[in-house]
Amino acid sequence: MSTRNLAATSLEPSWSAVRGIRRVWDRIFGPLSLIATLLGLVVLAALLIDVFSDGLPRLSWQFLTSFPSRKPEEAGLVSALVGSILMIVVTAMVAFPIGVGAALYLEEYASDNAFTRFVEINIANLAGVPSIIYGLLGLEIFVRVMFSITNGRTVVSGGMTMALLILPVIIIATREALRAVPNSLRQAGLALGASQWQVIRDHVLPQALPGTLTGTILALSRAIGETAPLITIGALTYIAYLPPASPEALRTPFTVLPIQIFNWVSRPQKGFHEAAAAGIVVLLVVLLAMNALAIYLRNRYQRRAV
Amino acid sequence: MELTDQTFAKSSLRRDSGPFGRARPRWGEKILERIFAICASISILTTAGIIGVLIFETAAFFQEVSLWDFLTDTQWTPLFAQKEFGIFVLISATFLTTVIALIVALPVGLLAAIFLSEYASEGLRKALKPALEILAGIPTVVYGYFALLFVTPILKTFIPGLAGFNSLSAGLVMGVMIIPTIASLSEDAIYAVPRSLREGAYALGATRREVITGVVIPAALSGIVAAFILGVSRAVGETMIVAIAAGQNPRMTLDPTVPVQTMTSFIVQVSLGDTPTGSLEYKTIFAVGMTLFLITLGLNIGSHWFVRKFREVYE
Repeated sequence: MSTRNLAATSLEPSWSAVRGIRRVWDRIFGPLSLIATLLGLVVLAALLIDVFSDGLPRLSWQFLTSFPSRKPEEAGLVSALVGSILMIVVTAMVAFPIGVGAALYLEEYASDNAFTRFVEINIANLAGVPSIIYGLLGLEIFVRVMFSITNGRTVVSGGMTMALLILPVIIIATREALRAVPNSLRQAGLALGASQWQVIRDHVLPQALPGTLTGTILALSRAIGETAPLITIGALTYIAYLPPASPEALRTPFTVLPIQIFNWVSRPQKGFHEAAAAGIVVLLVVLLAMNALAIYLRNRYQRRAV
Repeated sequence: MELTDQTFAKSSLRRDSGPFGRARPRWGEKILERIFAICASISILTTAGIIGVLIFETAAFFQEVSLWDFLTDTQWTPLFAQKEFGIFVLISATFLTTVIALIVALPVGLLAAIFLSEYASEGLRKALKPALEILAGIPTVVYGYFALLFVTPILKTFIPGLAGFNSLSAGLVMGVMIIPTIASLSEDAIYAVPRSLREGAYALGATRREVITGVVIPAALSGIVAAFILGVSRAVGETMIVAIAAGQNPRMTLDPTVPVQTMTSFIVQVSLGDTPTGSLEYKTIFAVGMTLFLITLGLNIGSHWFVRKFREVYE
């Protein structure tokens, strides 16, 4: 009895010290994790303030309508804007139907067999391949092997390379949208004698369309900001003319916003750095508009589903 | 559910239009299914294309350069008259920038995940998580601009010997870029740990911090490690930040203050020049691409394996 008491009292001080350390740790840990969370946001704010303060003074109508130039104060990004728009149209026209078709097959038609499981694993792995590797694929297949169709380092080569890059994203988003359509809707359609395609076209797809469009727009906004694969397939950095207003425009060399920005950043003159910042402001505004559209579509969809 | 009269009218009209009613064979349906199956197999063709192209050009590369030299040389000078092809020169730079990025992204991303799932209220979580994910949506060329023209000048005031191009600022900014990847995936794993585990630990007298570091984190470890490996994979494949801010000087070094050249920035450097197809330079970027592809593939497979092997399953 007495030895036990003795032991307890001799232990008492060290126990309270331990408890003190535990309390201190417990007090610090919450704020510490809050600081970590805010750190990323602080850097984001610093980035945006830096870019806008460098770029906004340079932004003007002249900047948006001029061709690139050797003189920093005359340089503009009209050819990059036109190139980005053309390329994204090609990317959307290739990636959207293929992505939706693939998702329809996996969700509505295919049974759970070895082929579909292989496709699923494959899509997951493709999403992890670095974008520059897609550039090497585009360089060899679209620029070199399919030269007679694409005419080499052109809009259509770039657009198709980007389409392959964002295809996994569109497939995954569309599958999620299809899965959210209640099964009772399909059964009702089939019970009334509609064929499978009639059910999909008239009931399933209209329901899944907002979700699909949201995913597609987000994927396209990724393609607009992507640079590395287009450098690899050899998109030019100096284009001082506009493509002809005919389908032949797709077979002409091109540049895009991020490549023009990269070109200006890489130069030593401060004037070009300002032009790069102004170009970044334009790029961020385009991305913001696309994301706002995606969020608008999603909200409209959610309201209708209730 | 809005099944209008119009929809019914439409489908019944179509059914009556055939000569044999619904018994008519539907060839269009079969053809459509085939077309959709072809769409699904394009993803497989893409993978096959990537692997095929890389193997084809890399094999051509190794007809001119021996694999032994590729793996053991300590110089990388494919664009000079005296050509040396030591891939580990580029790998060392990729390794260096990746490690710097992870020193930032791992603790910050993990702590952010802990805050979002364990401390933040539901409202705060709903506001902070999308805000953090904006970081993942910023184009990498913008991060490159930020690293070269904002971070490097600031670092120069602390580190006088810092070169204008260096792996330190490129790595730090890359770390910020992958914070959302690590935070978001870790948070999913932490969120999935059942409440009963936390309550058991609290009942034993553990403090909140002890519950988190002693029970929740170990229980979610497989997911956290998977997030970490995916972060590594993104850092290894990242191109524009290192191409803009880390320089174009191939050298085998672990000094973060000097210009280096990563695997990805070498591919950019060659692509910017006018490289004729079929030349040795052209084949070299495919050999480097193959190395990059194998490293990221290994990391992705490793991450899946880790999740499967060490996942804690709770009923």
